[in-house]
Amino acid sequence: MSRPLRIVTWLGISAAGALALGTIALHRGEQISAMWLVLAAFCTYALGYRFYSKFVAAKVLALDARRATAAERLDNGRDFVPTNKWVVFGHHFAAIAGPGPLVGPVLAAQLGYLPGTLWILLGAIFGGCVQDFVILLFSIRRDGKSLTEMAREEIGPLGGVVAYLAIVSIIVILLGAGALIVVNALKSSPWGVFTIALTIPIALLMGFYMRRIRPGKVLEVSVLGFILVMLAIWGGQWVSQAPAVARWFTFSAPTLAIVIMIYGFAASALPVWLLLAPRDYLSTFVKLGTIGSLALGILVVRPTLHMPPLTRFIDGTGPVFAGSVFPFAFITIACGAISGFHSLIASGTTPKLIRRETESRMVGYGAMLAESMVAIMAMIAACVLQPGTYFAINSPAGVVGTAPETAAATISSWGFPVTAQGMHVLAQSVGEQTLYNRTGGAPAFAVGMAQIFSSSLGGQAVMAIWYHFAIMFEALFILTTLDAGTRVGRFMLQDALGHIWKPIGRTSWYPSILASSALMVAAWGCFLWQGVKDPLGGINSLWPLFGIANQLLATVALCVATTIIVKMRKARYALVTLMPLAWLAAVTFTASWHKLFDPNPRIGFLAHARQLTTSAAPSRAVSQLIFNDRLDAMLTGSLMLLVAVILAESVVLWARVLAGRKAAALKEAPFVMTRFATEEQI
Amino acid sequence: MRSEEHKAGLGILSWLKRTGVMLLSVLREIFDESAYQRFLSQTEMTSSREAYAAFCEEHDALKVRRPRCC
Repeated sequence: MSRPLRIVTWLGISAAGALALGTIALHRGEQISAMWLVLAAFCTYALGYRFYSKFVAAKVLALDARRATAAERLDNGRDFVPTNKWVVFGHHFAAIAGPGPLVGPVLAAQLGYLPGTLWILLGAIFGGCVQDFVILLFSIRRDGKSLTEMAREEIGPLGGVVAYLAIVSIIVILLGAGALIVVNALKSSPWGVFTIALTIPIALLMGFYMRRIRPGKVLEVSVLGFILVMLAIWGGQWVSQAPAVARWFTFSAPTLAIVIMIYGFAASALPVWLLLAPRDYLSTFVKLGTIGSLALGILVVRPTLHMPPLTRFIDGTGPVFAGSVFPFAFITIACGAISGFHSLIASGTTPKLIRRETESRMVGYGAMLAESMVAIMAMIAACVLQPGTYFAINSPAGVVGTAPETAAATISSWGFPVTAQGMHVLAQSVGEQTLYNRTGGAPAFAVGMAQIFSSSLGGQAVMAIWYHFAIMFEALFILTTLDAGTRVGRFMLQDALGHIWKPIGRTSWYPSILASSALMVAAWGCFLWQGVKDPLGGINSLWPLFGIANQLLATVALCVATTIIVKMRKARYALVTLMPLAWLAAVTFTASWHKLFDPNPRIGFLAHARQLTTSAAPSRAVSQLIFNDRLDAMLTGSLMLLVAVILAESVVLWARVLAGRKAAALKEAPFVMTRFATEEQI
Repeated sequence: MRSEEHKAGLGILSWLKRTGVMLLSVLREIFDESAYQRFLSQTEMTSSREAYAAFCEEHDALKVRRPRCC
């Protein structure tokens, strides 16, 4: 393409992006098409990738096409393998795409589609993509070292400890919040429980097939597993319509919570090939297929957004989660904008597969753009619902009441009309008894997705099938994160406790496996139980905690990145990571402060505990709620302290390096010429 | 004119084929089939129950330590 044509093309993309952003930002009082969000996202991502990531690659990181990567230098045919960039891109995207970008935007939709959408777009371009890209490159230049190792080597031993604690905290809170979302999606839903229960024997069958019948044919068995899951969804309809059978699969929230804890313990203690690995493959297969189908569905249907750009709840009084746009929108949506968890993946498997340094831009920055697009799709799925329906599904009983008429009247009084009859018809059309008080985001996302899918394929007649497909997809997704997370957490515990008593560190010693698995399940089970018993739905407390912990890890990652940039003598470009770091520090500190000390009992943990102490009649349940509040407050305070410590240590180090009082010693692997570069490229 | 259309058609077919092959490679990497093939060629084994069990033993030890993203 000639230079003038290129300039005209990019000017056209900029103009289309500006028009789309202007439309979604300035339209008031009338509904707009979801395609405006899609167009704004595509143009913003294209511009961000073409110009900003290129600037970061060329000026800040100085990607060197001649430098051999860790995959090339340490090629062992196992974990270090130089791999085609598109293959690594797909692998990296599949690893970073979890339930987070689907849940966060759905919850943040209570503020309207505008705040969440703008944060997803800008957060990804200037924060999330940059974090993933720089951490990936720095790990490549350090033999594929993990974030914890880089923090320890580049910042100091304290940095390593903070990173370790942040990772454990995130895993525990994530698992608790994820399990709660599954419980809220499956409670009193025989169809959903039946489908998910059947995924366990399906996974066992897949494991048997892979090991005994057709060794190593994972794709083939994943297709087979998918067909069986679709049959299970079909069969679930029959189960829900046969009262005698439905009874066996109808569970209350506390019962489901106990079942999930037992499942988590079993999955952590059983051999990997038996349950965890096949479920992981099945979940990945369903995940990639569903994300692709949702994208296609949105493009075909081009749905209208019924949610306004801004709702009255930007003042912090929302029923889904309490707290104003700043800072709560920015911790509610983490994974679609910036997620600290990604830095673990970017410093895990991916750096060991990258063939050329220059390809890290496409993989690190590009895959995060794709993840951000998933978050935009989740936002669309939530906002195609009528606002009254959205709030009826997502509002906890403690806010809108348990009776359908009372809930409908309360929600209508907020200016979002909904009727008990309308909700009853909707629940019936998706094969559920009720859709009220389904906090957690998953059911709202499933209804939105079912509406989009049924509009393009099958009509209202198959709405229930699509709804349960979406629920199955999310629950399978989260449960896979849960069993893998419990196992990872168990290993981390064993590693740490092994320093105190050596036998505990032996990962194959069964007493240690059982004890550490039980400890891990007890840790996240405590948060799950707290959420199940919380009259405000649990998500109100747990999701912000998870957001704070996740953003803390992003803060650690950006501190490591900024330190390395300063040591590279590129301090003039340090704003690239300092800007998102400063923003995240402001968000995390403000959110933590509110969660600790806000006088509103719906926001502040301590205020809620005080309210219960003074106004509620003393009972075991009230004491438990007060204990939960204090535990959450203690955890929030600890996370805030960790952020402060890592920030202080990093700032002191930067000042000393810049003042010349400390040598800017980088812990990079030495330069080795690549064998992949042709002479022309050199 | 017909020949040019024919060439364009072949070009599209070749592009579709390349894309399909690439997509399959991505899926084979994600689903660890490529890792299994690398294991087989490295250990000079042929695919069998025993070979796959040995691969799983080595591969799963690495896999289970990787956290799943949120």
